[in-house]
Amino acid sequence: MAAVSGLVRRPLREVTVRDAINQGMDEELERDEKVFLLGEEVAQYDGAYKVSRGLWKKYGDKRIIDTPISEMGFAGIAVGAAMAGLRPICEFMTFNFSMQAIDQVINSAAKTYYMSGGLQPVPIVFRGPNGASAGVAAQHSQCFAAWYGHCPGLKVVSPWNSEDAKGLIKSAIRDNNPVVVLENELMYGVPFEFPPEAQSKDFLIPIGKAKIERQGTHITVVSHSRPVGHCLEAAAVLSKEGVECEVINMRTIRPMDMETIEASVVKTNHLVTVEGGWPQFGVGAEICARIMEGISKKLVLEYSQAVVNIMYLNTYRIKRLKARSGQTTTLNLSCVQFPGCSCCSCHWC
Amino acid sequence: MRKMLAAVSRVLSGASQKPASRVLVASRNFANDATFEIKKCDLHRLEEGPPVTTVLTREDGLKYYRMMQTVRRMELKADQLYKQKIIRGFCHLCDGQFLLPLTEACCVGLEAGINPTDHLITAYRAHGFTFTRGLSVREILAELTGRKGGCAKGKGGSMHMYAKNFYGGNGIVGAQVPLGAGIALACKYNGKDEVCLTLYGDGAANQGQIFEAYNMAALWKLPCIFICENNRYGMGTSVERAAASTDYYKRGDFIPGLRVDGMDILCVREATRFAAAYCRSGKGPILMELQTYRYHGHSMSDPGVSYRTREEIQEVRSKSDPIMLLKDRMVNSNLASVEELKEIDVEVRKEIEDAAQFATADPEPPLEELGYHIYSSDPPFEVRGANQWIKFKSVS
Repeated sequence: MAAVSGLVRRPLREVTVRDAINQGMDEELERDEKVFLLGEEVAQYDGAYKVSRGLWKKYGDKRIIDTPISEMGFAGIAVGAAMAGLRPICEFMTFNFSMQAIDQVINSAAKTYYMSGGLQPVPIVFRGPNGASAGVAAQHSQCFAAWYGHCPGLKVVSPWNSEDAKGLIKSAIRDNNPVVVLENELMYGVPFEFPPEAQSKDFLIPIGKAKIERQGTHITVVSHSRPVGHCLEAAAVLSKEGVECEVINMRTIRPMDMETIEASVVKTNHLVTVEGGWPQFGVGAEICARIMEGISKKLVLEYSQAVVNIMYLNTYRIKRLKARSGQTTTLNLSCVQFPGCSCCSCHWC
Repeated sequence: MRKMLAAVSRVLSGASQKPASRVLVASRNFANDATFEIKKCDLHRLEEGPPVTTVLTREDGLKYYRMMQTVRRMELKADQLYKQKIIRGFCHLCDGQFLLPLTEACCVGLEAGINPTDHLITAYRAHGFTFTRGLSVREILAELTGRKGGCAKGKGGSMHMYAKNFYGGNGIVGAQVPLGAGIALACKYNGKDEVCLTLYGDGAANQGQIFEAYNMAALWKLPCIFICENNRYGMGTSVERAAASTDYYKRGDFIPGLRVDGMDILCVREATRFAAAYCRSGKGPILMELQTYRYHGHSMSDPGVSYRTREEIQEVRSKSDPIMLLKDRMVNSNLASVEELKEIDVEVRKEIEDAAQFATADPEPPLEELGYHIYSSDPPFEVRGANQWIKFKSVS
């Protein structure tokens, strides 16, 4: 009997990203009285995307607050509350609406600790779905990773799976700095295996550290949020053709974990960045720039006879590109069209 | 005889050492307090307003006089240092709302109406409030000159000064109003009976986010006192050209309001006490409009005469100076003597001089600290400089 029980694996729970975020917030609300959630429809509606389901019933009006449709106003109120010592979670129904409040996020939250010479911290979390959804058109599909990732004083994280979502939201809430958590609406309903450590109430994922989701030797593929899933699918296809991709899930946009990316590129000599944001001035552009800056000191170009097929993903078509052998290539793959638009992938941007 | 001894001991136990001759002057019989009539406030959605008479004690009077004189002298000194190019960048002064000591009565009067445990947030014309909220003139002037002895270590400058329960100093017009409502939310959340004074100008009063803050503050009954300092000009634009309704105390619509004479420190004090009591009773937010005037231009780069006449400025200057008003009241009611007040002037002047000396001589923050204070409570990390080989250390 003892031998049999040793062979039986403890089943891993499957948790959706939505429930992971819900759990993370619930645990932090329970742990610290100063934490509270505000945003549109977060309380009585259980959340526009049901992410805050059950929280109002458990914690009440004082800690789960429904706001009117006034992003600039309630984001400012959240920042003010953080300055006065509370720990607000400010939800934007999507990050597109955060543009209305972006002054409060950048000028009132991000810059204050520096401008006050270290006197006034702002321990706030801004969270909500970011980037493209299913056919919601241009105004509701923008990815804000590059915009928020640009600003010192802000931390920006972008979870992909459930483990990421729970660990990062908990770290964000416990962090004494303004943290932007870029979730993804299409990921909310996707279940993932939840490892046992993630079930602990003190499970945290450090902000500023990327994760290598898949080890590989031929090419480094860096991504964040939902496209990480696409990269893993592409890696599986390429693997059958003998190309082993190393897939890196950034997890944090700012501060970016360049060490992990650089170490991988030193190993493979090839880099593809994949993101849902626009290419110009984007996250991929920054990674490529930094690799080019670092590369001259660290990398030695090696000539290789292998020809690499690169899978180029866009919303509607898959193209193949053959890269020339013997070169270190960097490719920046970004969303080049608005989802919901059925025209061809013209490189208008 | 007993009265004289009492007066002598009162003087001796008060301020610093005085030579014998001064003790004789100060041992004159002063009144303990006096009652003054103050202007009635215009009311919006309120049955009753603040009282129309108030009692000023000698002690309070001297304290207010000293504070107002300090704020004025400090702002005039900042003016001087700016003209000497020792202060650069932005410099929005508040003597008479930078020029006019209009703000002097405002910042001292508001402080007199609340407790140190209450909270205050304002926009960029913040030096006077930074002082009344507890920082020293030294720290303020050194921050203006960008030195490491400044209250923000030289990294904030004129518009970004912080103190306990004082949240700046905010550069973006109107953004401080939702922040103030948020601080009020924290006051209510913590259940400690504290209020938050949230100041903005007549120019900012037309910002949309202020109306969003009014709505939420009223909905959630936040203990927030919205205060509009109306100096009749938003930069170069007079209120008539900027606002369809210049009754700023009514602009809160469903929020009760009062219009207060902002040049009279006692009027400001009584109105603030009234407003704070209203908020503390849990009735929700209230709005105060302080009518003031701005002597100088909007900021140092604006002489302030292209959009109004010199005669207009002169007339206000001669008739409504708040410090003069307080001085006259105190002397005429025997709360203080002219000589005594002159002594305070001399002391204040010296304090400002010393502070200016320090502010001029203190070194600038070292370059190594350029990257400090980006994140709070984090381990040190490296920040990229102007190129990829220049790195700065960042310590929290």
